[in-house]
Amino acid sequence: MAESKILTEFYSDDNFRGIKGYMEKKGYEMLKKALKMQPAEIVGLVKESGLRGRGGAGFPTGMKWSFLPNNGEPRYLLCNADEGEPCTFKDRMMMERAPHQLIEGMIISAFAVQSKKSYIYIRGEYVFATKVIEAAIEEAYKAGFLGKNILGSGFDHDMDVYAGAGAYICGEETGMISSLEGLKGQPKLKPPFPAVKGYLGKPTIVNNVETLASVIYILRDGVAEYRKMGTQKSPGTKLFSVSGDVVKPGNYEVPLGYKLIDLIEKECGGLKPGRKLKAVIPGGTSAPVLNADEATRATLDYECLAGMNSMLGSGSIVIIDDSRCMVDMIDVITHFYHHESCGQCTPCREGTGWLHKLTRAIISGQGTEKDIDTLCKVADNMKGRTICALSDAAALPVLSFVPKFREEFEYYVREGISKVKGISYAQMHH
Amino acid sequence: MFQLSTEGQSFVKKELTRYETKESAIIPSLYRVQKENGGWVSPECIAHLSQLMDIPVARINEVFHFYTMFNKEPVGKYHVQVCCNVACCMAGTREMLSGFLKDYKVDQGEITTDGRFTFTQVECLGACDKAPMMQINDDYHEGLTTEKAKHILQGLK
Repeated sequence: MAESKILTEFYSDDNFRGIKGYMEKKGYEMLKKALKMQPAEIVGLVKESGLRGRGGAGFPTGMKWSFLPNNGEPRYLLCNADEGEPCTFKDRMMMERAPHQLIEGMIISAFAVQSKKSYIYIRGEYVFATKVIEAAIEEAYKAGFLGKNILGSGFDHDMDVYAGAGAYICGEETGMISSLEGLKGQPKLKPPFPAVKGYLGKPTIVNNVETLASVIYILRDGVAEYRKMGTQKSPGTKLFSVSGDVVKPGNYEVPLGYKLIDLIEKECGGLKPGRKLKAVIPGGTSAPVLNADEATRATLDYECLAGMNSMLGSGSIVIIDDSRCMVDMIDVITHFYHHESCGQCTPCREGTGWLHKLTRAIISGQGTEKDIDTLCKVADNMKGRTICALSDAAALPVLSFVPKFREEFEYYVREGISKVKGISYAQMHH
Repeated sequence: MFQLSTEGQSFVKKELTRYETKESAIIPSLYRVQKENGGWVSPECIAHLSQLMDIPVARINEVFHFYTMFNKEPVGKYHVQVCCNVACCMAGTREMLSGFLKDYKVDQGEITTDGRFTFTQVECLGACDKAPMMQINDDYHEGLTTEKAKHILQGLK
């Protein structure tokens, strides 16, 4: 089975962006249906559908929703549109092409969890997407899909947008909550989880853009039909952002469980002429890299990639061919995590700095064989010792790049130049 | 002494009541002062906001210094942000950025003598399928080549 367009069926239609065009394609029909159901019924359907969070962690959405305490406190729904995982660009497309799909999915989800207020937290750089979403929210209010007594159901819901200001860490749900509260976007200790104590200390559900939009189609098609796509443990379709060394990079929606190699060859037009596959980063730069053999065997679902000690993550796939220097690539990645560490926990604040210093030393021809081991040792000590997962996200690429491509690192420290490129870093980029 | 325009001040006042807590208005208000102050936030801007919002300077500074999109130093009329994360690096943005710096005889973060440009390296902006890309002020420029990028810069007066 090739591309299965559920979410993206009408994305090539420019009219789909406005409320009129969206409604012509049966938009907001599922909201009408949902408002006639019991909220618990919708939570039950989402649970049974097996939908897992599309932002990176893959946590079962229905289960997350059912963690909300029944204590009468106001509840918040936050949409995580901070899309910062390097090489992920699906949420941006979803918001720019189909803002009402997100809004409808959010109102249904808000009704299911009985939340009267939601925010869409969009990364600050997505200026255009923010404008599109703001205009769509205004349209939805005018049409009576937001505000008081939505479609006569007695359910009230208000929705607003909040723009971030450039911080990867705000994609971490508790970092996002801090940011929305007007604080530095630093993560908070869990437990308590946001579902119990989140935004302003109130029960809060944080879901990714794609997750919230998917809820519409679970309602539309029913659990059995939805589960026909994907695998037992990873049902449904997912958007994959493919970049790097393929002929046709882009966003592709395929059923989970789809073969990675098919995505590369069928959807993305294969590698560039004359090139061989060397490696694949399967789920954003935080996901451990796969070598060519693993990539050839991998299927795109949570369980297969976990079985390869990597992860599906946000679904951003970087294809790397044999013209690339892996030492150069990891240096770009360690630079990123050093830049983005929020500085709260020592192992991450210091560790990300050391990782980058070490890769920079190697790439500048100043490294020693011992530095390669130190690099791995530092990374190993960064795992599982911090408030959030950024530290692990910085460590895991190092702990996969080095062992899987160790001869390239050893060559670099021995010869002072890249094994692949035959020249030094300084010659490569200046 | 920096002061927001009348519209700017009423924008900030509105933001103060838009969210559940008034501190949430700090980010949108910083964007506003940055825009009215020629692309960066000076200590005077913060002092002005502090007074206008009735929030201590230190509290605003805490937020201001955490986020990269607020410029701590003056920038040129066009802030050219070149993505140098994985996919864009693979597409040659590091070479492109060093080319710009050579052409305009500046270092990263400096302003060109004519006041037009500041170049900075930034992290992934979510346009990786159309790498290489750069963001100039609010606008994305995707699917670049070195020639195309140079042409875009030359067209900005």
